Amino acid sequence: MVQKTSTRAVGIGRVLIAVYAILALAATARSVFQISTQFDQAPLAYSLSALSGVIYIMATIALIMPGRRWYAIAWATISFEFVGVVLVGLLSIIDPSVFVPSSQYAHSDHATVWSYFGIGYGFVPLVLPILGMLWLRHTRPGHNAEVAADDPAVQDA
Amino acid sequence: MIDWFTWVQAGIATAVALFCIVMGLAKRQPNDYTVGAMALIEVLLLVQLVVAIVAPFAGNQATGSVVEFYIYLVVALLLPPLAVVWALVDRSRWSNVVMGAGAFAVAVMIVRMLQIWTA
Repeated sequence: MVQKTSTRAVGIGRVLIAVYAILALAATARSVFQISTQFDQAPLAYSLSALSGVIYIMATIALIMPGRRWYAIAWATISFEFVGVVLVGLLSIIDPSVFVPSSQYAHSDHATVWSYFGIGYGFVPLVLPILGMLWLRHTRPGHNAEVAADDPAVQDA
Repeated sequence: MIDWFTWVQAGIATAVALFCIVMGLAKRQPNDYTVGAMALIEVLLLVQLVVAIVAPFAGNQATGSVVEFYIYLVVALLLPPLAVVWALVDRSRWSNVVMGAGAFAVAVMIVRMLQIWTA
């Protein structure tokens, strides 16, 4: 059955979507600045910034749109973010020179949203995908009647 | 940038963030107080924009990246109106929490703007 209304953009899920939208805006704006002004200083880090911006935009849209296909896209993008923040976080601690070739720039502001597990963004990039996956599990298709029954916020919406 | 004004602005934005989030968790719908608080943040950001334009002529030059500063300022200026539109469309209590998240993001961005200006 094709659902007309979204099961994910309800109740507290809307707060999740808003935070995703803010992070999407932050990551994208930052990468536009980095790539347009100083791309040669840290090409890999800045490419990752751009990629993370795109992923956050896709995750935001996937959380808003109804249906199973968007549900799958939401899982894919949010999982990707989680793997990204963990891998880049670990790498940035083990070997910062991977992202910033010249040691002159290491530990400076040439970071991505995912460097040091998103410390520059209050660790929101690390916590958000975990909350996102919990929310997706809570709102999985075919689980809706149960969700509506035990969550008054869903009934309000 | 003017140091004291920037810190007062960051403090007010943080207070508004807490106020809106508490109102949302207290199951209140968006109202004149929470929307008005977001409007106050927007007015202060516009004042900050005027200060940023005038400051260089008064001998207050940015030592950091001016382009990066203005990217932050423009994105910050967009957040309160977007959050308020959200609250007008979605009348549920969660819109107060959404406005709170937006206000908190503005608070962080203001502090970051001061770091960039004086870098």
